[in-house]
Amino acid sequence: MEQATANSPASGATDSGAFPIERVRAQFPTLEREVNGVPLDYLDSGASSQRVLASIEAVADYERNHHSNVHRGSHTLSAEATELYEGARNTVARHLGAGDRREVVFVRNATEALNLVARAWGDANVGAGDRILLTEMEHHSNLVPWQQLAERVGAKVEFAPIDDDGLLDMEALKIFLERGPKVLAIAHVSNVLGTENPLAEISAMAHEAGAVVVADGAQGAPKLPLDMAALGVDFYAITGHKLYAPTGIGTIWGKLDLLRAMPPFLGGGSMIRKVTREGTTYADVPARFEAGTPAIAQAIGMGAAIEWLDTELGMEAVRKHERAIADYTLARLAEVPGLKVFGPPRGAGRLGPVSFEIDGIHAHDVSEILDRHGVAVRAGHHCAQVLMERLGITATARASFGVYTTTEEIDRLVDGLEDARRVFGL
Amino acid sequence: MDELYRDQILEHYKRPHNFGVVESADLEYEDTNPFCGDEQHVTIKLDADDKVSEIAFEGKGCAISTAATSLLTDELTGMSREELLRLPKDYVLELLGIDISATRMKCAMLGLKIVKSAALGQPAEWEDEGEAGTPAEAATF
Repeated sequence: MEQATANSPASGATDSGAFPIERVRAQFPTLEREVNGVPLDYLDSGASSQRVLASIEAVADYERNHHSNVHRGSHTLSAEATELYEGARNTVARHLGAGDRREVVFVRNATEALNLVARAWGDANVGAGDRILLTEMEHHSNLVPWQQLAERVGAKVEFAPIDDDGLLDMEALKIFLERGPKVLAIAHVSNVLGTENPLAEISAMAHEAGAVVVADGAQGAPKLPLDMAALGVDFYAITGHKLYAPTGIGTIWGKLDLLRAMPPFLGGGSMIRKVTREGTTYADVPARFEAGTPAIAQAIGMGAAIEWLDTELGMEAVRKHERAIADYTLARLAEVPGLKVFGPPRGAGRLGPVSFEIDGIHAHDVSEILDRHGVAVRAGHHCAQVLMERLGITATARASFGVYTTTEEIDRLVDGLEDARRVFGL
Repeated sequence: MDELYRDQILEHYKRPHNFGVVESADLEYEDTNPFCGDEQHVTIKLDADDKVSEIAFEGKGCAISTAATSLLTDELTGMSREELLRLPKDYVLELLGIDISATRMKCAMLGLKIVKSAALGQPAEWEDEGEAGTPAEAATF
């Protein structure tokens, strides 16, 4: 497989030295385009990031030269496709610090990853009267599957509260954990508040209370170095399209013994050991959870994007960049009259996105006017209506960042907000 | 002048007409724009001939949805439930007098949808994005 140009490998992967922002931006073709006659200012990476050239080219190379169905084929193309697909699994496993490559299951996205756990693990392990603990900051993808599980088995869903700064209330969490929930499902990083939850500490607390920890890493994985053992979680869901890779691919990482004890999620090809008229015995993991022909090209694209992140930048540098941009955004937005930010103040544990509202202008109108300036932000409830209710609002505007985000782009956001205030006569 | 946020739209957004709740309403409906979570609640009082004598709305929304419902509710007094149900999408668009993009069509149509749902006593559904869909056909008794 051809990799995209890597002219000075790992030069940005050290902690010292400036973030190679120009070199990074050159790897994202979409950033070259204009919107409404001005350069695109893409502040919606939390919804979906732009695609890195290494991923685009890996997908194209696969589609042009290597495509066949994976597994079981004894011909050359099938062998190549299998090698590339399983190579992507190796890359994800290494990136996550997985103890075993079989712990990485390819799925469609983080939503499917979390549904897989709620179905396959949940149905087998959560019963009538059991408690399921979530937090108030969960995205619907880590909330609805658990409500559905609770409905199926007669369990009870509880929500650990956040404090007024948008941080998880650790004292309250402790009390909820003492009630003995079977599972704690929690976002690593909030998709609205930019809160980084202290997962290692939380996992230790949850395990002491006997709960399995399911982490939604959709927002965390693109911003943070990951080490599953250090985080101590039992399951961790990630999605490719927020990681500079295509849509339609994600992974659920799970501890090997947990995955092996779980019944299948979907039935079909690939997930079987033997099928007879009387019944079926199932394949070992990860194949057991990958029924049907997988998203081969997309998995390869995800592997390539992660490979690029790890070799060209290193996730420590990515984390530093994300913190710096979030910090700068919070400082600049504090200058806009009537603007209120939701989420923790500047500091450790405060990443993007940055959600806000402006007194007198609805979030939809903010985003509409920003778009005229080429600034792409998201407006709405961000699939977190329980959190919106907690905050007493229906919608926010949200700026979210990627490895390519610059402080100049944040300045343009602030200029656009000034224009929105002018249009609304504020 | 701003094309979308012209003075009339902003005026209706900042000081919406018919804002509130009609006491002892005969018809009422509440719905959300699933797109963004915005909510509107419409209450209608009918006269002896079953025509709209009083109408009000409340809720939280963007400039487009708020202005559209403010303008719409200004026009509905004296209409029968059948007339409410036959109101086309263009009725609201002409009241707004601005180009509404496909992404904002749900905002513009939220109030009309709720008025029709109130008249129907059940959710009035039509494909309201872009050019497709005729609410007059979708919402019949």
